[in-house]
Amino acid sequence: MKSGSNLEKVLEAGHFAFTGELGPPRGTSADHVREKAAYLKGNVDAVNITDNQTAVVRMASWAASLILIQEGLEPNFQMVCRDRNRLAMQSDILGAYAHGIHNMLCLSGDHQKFGDHPNSKGVFDIDSMQLISMVKRMRDEGKFLGGAEIEEPPKIFIGAAANPFAEPFEWRVHRLAKKIEAGVDFIQTQCIYNMEKFREWIRQANDMGLTEKVYILAGVTPMKSVGMARYMKAKVPGMDVPDEVIKRLQGAGKGKVAEEGIKFACEQIEEFKEMKGVAGVHLMAIEWEHRVPEIAERAKVLPRPEVD
Amino acid sequence: MIVAKRKPFEEIKNLLKDYKKVLNVGCGTCVAVCLVGGEKEVDVLNAELDMARKLEDNPIELGACTVERQCDREYLAELDDKVKDYDAVLSMACGVGVQFLAERFPDIPVFPAVDTSGLAVNQAVGWYEERCRSCSSCVLGLTGGICPVTMCAKGLYNGPCGGTNNGSCEVDIDQPCAWYMIYERLQRQGRLDVIKQLHQAVEWQNQVPRTLIQPGYKKPEE
Repeated sequence: MKSGSNLEKVLEAGHFAFTGELGPPRGTSADHVREKAAYLKGNVDAVNITDNQTAVVRMASWAASLILIQEGLEPNFQMVCRDRNRLAMQSDILGAYAHGIHNMLCLSGDHQKFGDHPNSKGVFDIDSMQLISMVKRMRDEGKFLGGAEIEEPPKIFIGAAANPFAEPFEWRVHRLAKKIEAGVDFIQTQCIYNMEKFREWIRQANDMGLTEKVYILAGVTPMKSVGMARYMKAKVPGMDVPDEVIKRLQGAGKGKVAEEGIKFACEQIEEFKEMKGVAGVHLMAIEWEHRVPEIAERAKVLPRPEVD
Repeated sequence: MIVAKRKPFEEIKNLLKDYKKVLNVGCGTCVAVCLVGGEKEVDVLNAELDMARKLEDNPIELGACTVERQCDREYLAELDDKVKDYDAVLSMACGVGVQFLAERFPDIPVFPAVDTSGLAVNQAVGWYEERCRSCSSCVLGLTGGICPVTMCAKGLYNGPCGGTNNGSCEVDIDQPCAWYMIYERLQRQGRLDVIKQLHQAVEWQNQVPRTLIQPGYKKPEE
């Protein structure tokens, strides 16, 4: 065991993992985190806690992660390269681990231009690839990036994101290989809507032997409305929403689009369960945490395994 | 070359509001080439300032002088006699020139008239694009001659990020994704293996003022 986190144990035991996501509040309400956490408890193996997502200031990711631990859930502490330099990152990792955080997701971070402080200085002292490598070094070599020894190194299960869709598509699988070389243990992908392209990407990853070196969790976000699907297609860089998906949602008729979105998500999850190279699903039910119990039930991923 | 753009007129006017005799010093090199701080631009700015101050009933006496390069001591000597007749100096050079003038004339205020924006290429008349952030650790040999520090909005060394958008950067559809370009260039050259390697964390060199002495000019060690 690299970290002994619940997520690692579930994956290591060969179970199909199911992770969720929780966005911290734009304020100090711990209750807000607790309310969202209650919907996820028992339904997922770990919960990603986003780090100032879309470059908007929110409660610190590590702080919301601690509330999650108090509530009996396991956090997957997200860390972006936009807001901290290597000193702050390493000290946050030490502190997070000291408080029982055992999973991390290493990300570049959305550009500050999109957020509520568009003229802030983006740090990007190191990038997501270098962050993975740094956390691995801290864990496996017991050394800081600068080379000094760490007393009681943090044992972190190291995660990263992957976008299977962005052009040039041929490069995507090599980028995954690079993250594996940097030391990543698990991958959570961008939201998948283009199943055909995803199948091709995972086939390439299988052919290169990559899926034997890393656990890949397929990203699923149920569409709540046709507007959301259109917005994601047009405005969210790196998102691949085929026209058929939009047509299918439109065809559902008034008042039934969200239901159709959940139905599509459940079908996807069923396929991922059978897909070679896919070790689980990461469900990003954006501001829809209260629907997670129902989705988990309908996707037949309950009860979640308990692994010692 | 170093490129710059003129500060908003109101800002320049405000910087000079308490001074009656100001020498406006142009620079004949980079900022003259990029049409912001040469002889012609000194005259234009002086004319604007003169008119604005007259309208405010607070006339200003303006001198004009453009030196070959404000970053080179030998060209500043010609200013020594002139400057003492003025109570402030306005420099139309880049940030380097402004500081070199201020250092030479420490008893009087030296104000900037332009905002220095970077090291750029000339794409067409009046159109400049930044290409270098003078990081002191050039990686162009690994990136197909395209600088990720300058051209990637996040300055990533192992890009592209998830925001790459069909060849564009997530921050602006008109801004090409540096890593998309790097990929295309290296693919064309059959050198993609170069970016399959992990580029380790950068040892930043540009965090303190750097001094450069070319090898042939170093004093022999005692």
